[in-house]
Formats: sequence, C-alpha cells, structure tokens
Amino acid sequence: MNLHEYQGKSLFAEYNLPVSKGKVIFSAEDAIEACKEIGGKKWVVKAQVHAGGRGKSGGVELIESPQAAYDFALKWLGNRLVTYQTDSKGQIVNSILIEDCTDIAKELYLSAVIDRDSQKIVFIGSSEGGVNIEEVAKNSPEKIIYQGIDLDEQDLNNFAISIGNVLKLNDEQQNQFAPMLDNLVRLFVEKDLSLLEINPLVITQNGDLHCLDAKINIDSNALFRQPELMEMHDESQEDPQEAEAAKHDLSYVSLDGNIGCMVNGAGLAMGTMDTIKFFGGNPANFLDVGGTATQERVAKAFKIILKDPEVKVVLVNIFGGIVRCDLIAEGIVAAIKEVGIKVPVVVRLEGNNAEIGAKILEESDIKVESINDLASAAKKSVELSK
Amino acid sequence: MSILVNKDTRLLVQGFTGSQGTLHSEQSIKYGTNIVGGVTPGKGGQIHLNKPVFNSVEEAVNEVSPNASIIFVPAKFCKSSILEAAEAGIKLIICITEGVPTLDMLEVKKKVDEHGVRLIGPNCPGVITPGEAKLGIMPGSIHLKGSIGIISRSGTLTYEAVKQTSDLGFGQSSCVGIGGDPIPGSSFIDMLKLFEEDDQTKAIVMVGEIGGNAEEAAAEYIKNNISKPVISYIAGQTAPAGKRMGHAGAIIAGGKGTAAEKIKKLKECGVHVADNLVSIGAKVAEVLS
Repeated sequence: MNLHEYQGKSLFAEYNLPVSKGKVIFSAEDAIEACKEIGGKKWVVKAQVHAGGRGKSGGVELIESPQAAYDFALKWLGNRLVTYQTDSKGQIVNSILIEDCTDIAKELYLSAVIDRDSQKIVFIGSSEGGVNIEEVAKNSPEKIIYQGIDLDEQDLNNFAISIGNVLKLNDEQQNQFAPMLDNLVRLFVEKDLSLLEINPLVITQNGDLHCLDAKINIDSNALFRQPELMEMHDESQEDPQEAEAAKHDLSYVSLDGNIGCMVNGAGLAMGTMDTIKFFGGNPANFLDVGGTATQERVAKAFKIILKDPEVKVVLVNIFGGIVRCDLIAEGIVAAIKEVGIKVPVVVRLEGNNAEIGAKILEESDIKVESINDLASAAKKSVELSK
Repeated sequence: MSILVNKDTRLLVQGFTGSQGTLHSEQSIKYGTNIVGGVTPGKGGQIHLNKPVFNSVEEAVNEVSPNASIIFVPAKFCKSSILEAAEAGIKLIICITEGVPTLDMLEVKKKVDEHGVRLIGPNCPGVITPGEAKLGIMPGSIHLKGSIGIISRSGTLTYEAVKQTSDLGFGQSSCVGIGGDPIPGSSFIDMLKLFEEDDQTKAIVMVGEIGGNAEEAAAEYIKNNISKPVISYIAGQTAPAGKRMGHAGAIIAGGKGTAAEKIKKLKECGVHVADNLVSIGAKVAEVLS
C-alpha cells in the first residue's frame, strides 16, 4: 500500500525527521489561509498522487504569492496528473501539499528496501540526488552505497558513518545523520514499511540535512497490525476495478488486451496470460480467483472482468486441487446465469473430477466451450477474440 | 530415495483443528502420510481425526516424536508458530499460510538458520514425495512416483508441471513449492542441491516467475554445481512493470525481475527453457530422449 507524500511526512515528523513546515489542502478555498499559516514569502505547492515524476509534469511549483497557491489548487484539484510513472490517464489529484520553501545547497538520495538477496533491510545512499537513481546506478555506480542493516545491532553508528561517507557529509551533518538513521530504521520496522525513499534528501543553505520528499510503501501483509496506516489508504489512486476486486479478496490487475482471464493461483494466472500471448492473443487482465473457486467468488470475478468493455471472450482456467472440478463447474454455471454474460466463455477444468465437471458444463443450458487441454482452450479464446 | 519427506516422516500439524488444517490433514492421511498429532493451543488432550491434539509443539515432541511440522495457522501467528517448532527441535517446517508480514520473515529466517532448521514456504503448496508422503495442499491424484524433481514458486503452476510429467510417464521423485513471498524459508538453490544428491532424480524442473533474482542466482548455481539436466519455465512474460501479480514477491521493480532477463540468464547457464507453460512436459521429454 502506498502513502501520499503528506502522509509520509507526517510519519517523518512523528519520528523526529526534519521536514518542511506544511499544510495539506483538499479545497482551493483553503489555499490562501494555508500559506498565511505557514508564513514566509515563498512556498512550494505539490499535487498529491501516488506516482513520481510530478515536478517534470507541472505537478510541483514554486510560488511567491498565496493567490498563486489558490490558482494552482484550482487548476489541479479534481483533475488528473500524467507523469512518466503513470499510465496515459494519469492519477486524480484530490489534495495539495503546501510547504515553506527550502533553500537548497545540495541534493542527495536516500532510500531503504527489504533486500531479498541479503535478507536484510538495505539502505541505498547517493551523493547524486533529485534524479532517477537507476540512471546513477548505471552510469556512476561508485556514487552509490548499499548498506545492509543488522537489526540485532544496537549501535547503528558505523552504518551511519559508511553511508555518510558516500553522501560526502561534513562532521556536523554526520552528527545529524546518525540519529536520523536510527529514526528511519525505527520507522521502517515499527510501521512495517516495504519501501522508504527520500529523493531528494537535501543539504540546506545553512548546512542542515532536510527531507524534501517522502515516498513510503507499506507491506500489505502487515496492515492487520497497522490500523492507523490502513486509514491512510486512498482508494482514488487505484484502478477502480482493482480496488473493487481487492474488496472481495480477488487479486486483479487490468491490462490492455481483450481476453478476460479467470484463473486459480497467481502463478497459473500469469502462465495463462503468457499462453494467450503465445498463441497470438492479448489478455485483458490478471485475475487470481483463489484456491476455493466457489460460485460467489466466480460470480464476483465475472462481474469485475466484464466491467472492462474491451473484453470479447473470457477464458476460465481452473486447476482443481483439493476442490473438486464438478463443484467448480456447478459454480461456474450458476455464476454465468447470475451475471448474465453476453460474450463467449471458454472453460478449461483440470484436476479431480475434471471429466464430470466438463460434462456438467456441456449439459447445462448456458453457452460455454468446455476444453480440457490448456493449449486448445487458449487457441480457441484467441480465435474468438479476433 | 527422494528429498525432504518420505514414508518415515512423522508429521505434526500446527493449526490442526481449524478448517484448513482439518481439510488438508484428512487428505494427507488418506494419501498415506503418517500424521502423529496436531497442535491447537487450548485444545490439548482432545482427539481430532483419530490423532492426539496438544497445547504446544514441545508437548507433542515429548509425546509423539514428530520429525516434521506443517503450519496452517493464520498469518499473524505464523512467526510464533514457526519459532515454537524450531525451538522445540523440529528440523523440517512447512508453512502453507499466505500473507505473513515480510519483516516477520526476516526475523524468522535468521532464527531458523541459527537452529539449523529447513523451512519451506510460507505461502506455498508444500512438499510431496509421490507414493510416500504428502505434506501440503496439492491434489495427490495427479502425482506419479518417478524421476523428475520439481521446484516452484507457485502452487497451481506446480500442479501443471506435475500433470504434464505424469501424463508423459516420467513421474516425480519429490515436488517442492518454495512459495511466492519475497523472503522464502528455502531457495531454489537449497532444493537444487538436494535434488542433485538424490539418486532417484534424473532431471529437475524449476518453475519460476517474475520478481527478485532467485532464478538468476539459481542459474549461476546450476552452471557450476548441477550435473543433472534442468528444465525451466518462467511465468509472467506478459506481466506489466510495477504491479504486484498476486504473489507478494511477483513484481517487476525498477525494470528488474522481468521474465525476459531471467530466461536469458537461464539459457546462458545451460538450462533448458520451455517457452510455454503447455510445453514443460514436452521439453522434459526432449531433454531426456
């Protein structure tokens, strides 16, 4: 689950990390008041969306009057911001963060992730900030440090020194960085983060470290123990079908083809998409209907798939494990009747009682192609999608 | 021979009396697995599926001497259940549950390694040695005792590989689902090592998917250490970047972890890559002919 910058910064503030004085607004009417409350003569206004690259797309501006904040808010609130990280439709802007302006001397990069290889939390630091870190990694790898953190270690100072050296911090900044690293690690662990990125982390004209941005992802598996973070969830930043599917515990990702897919198991769902592509078709979605493909879940899945107007055919691929295929077939028949499907449906059932399941499909009064072999089922779907 | 489990496995079920624990224990017993008991705190002393229920793993270890444990408890309790089994001296732990927080796994992985415990999963279908023991949620009927070792990050995708190798008559020595999470208890490499040493295994099928670089690391290991033929299939060739494809670990991040990258590396390291899900069996036949 992703957080907005303003939410991330509220967590930063909670953990004593240096952030700008700022205020989030949800209505343009509040812009002028917010600027006055923050004070000063210059402000930065930032459109809040779950995507990077906002600056280059006009979603971040430096302004010199409260009226300009109002104009910016009026322009963006309720509209969609397209950046190189979003799709062509962009992300809706429902809030704007107004901050006092920071005088920047230098931009650095700092992030933390859970590294699968070393099986540790790894901090990534670079003296080159404000830019795409993948570019730096490719062109000047010597400017990047990957520092694994041993969570059993009480004293993180040595890690702070290693990272500080690559960030080229002076003694005073190093003294600021050591407690900062402690706080970041505490934040990462206590709030179950899966990604934390400060790009840029800046050195101000006064020589102090300051977090100018905050990108935070939270481990969705841990949300059960982070109720206050769960409340920060902003559904408006997600694909509406994906959000609807998530509510029903279905894993759905929308794609741009026209063959709807309903599969049990994430790996097989990806494999089914690949098979469709292999035979010359294009999948409209990824959908894992889960281990127990009951009538209720299958019906929900059909509804979500068919909300996509591009879908010309639906391929159902179920490898019945413990659940018997005859029960799944009955569920599919009932679900199709319940939903009232207009496009052709191809069903491939495999596993326990697959033959009985196929018979149930054939003998039902619904129109469905029952094909036991995955290659043939995929080919048939591709043919029907043309 | 086989790997990890066989007819001498004495299995303890953690989360025994819950709906999942009950359903899959019944199936496992029917398959011939020797379940010696189960653990459900607060229900010690009861009899469930004709087996004794204990309050703790330690109690079960003292009474019925299990040598493996399978976990069906809800995700939020998995950390403590795995550590409880490890501390009680169980050396093989299989965690089926999906949705365990990643930071819990960082801690668990470190501790099970210290205890010298082999952990499989979480978020996995388990382990089966056809004809001997089934420790997991896979359908027993599609398996056939034979010569192919199967390792996979996915459940139903494993069944697909199993079915194809059964249909062609090769059968399986053992099948291991290592799970789809970012921090799995065991890696492809851990299992490759075991299959290499197993006499019954003539060839290995490794089913991978997008995300991370476990397949690349395995490819490098295969090149240097595995003498048996390895056949691989990678799922997610059509997956978009930046989207989690069901499994917590299946995500292309920062342009890394794509299927194309993995396939390239596997081929460079001498692995036989099936270009399609439906041709895994055919690829095995081609390699073994």
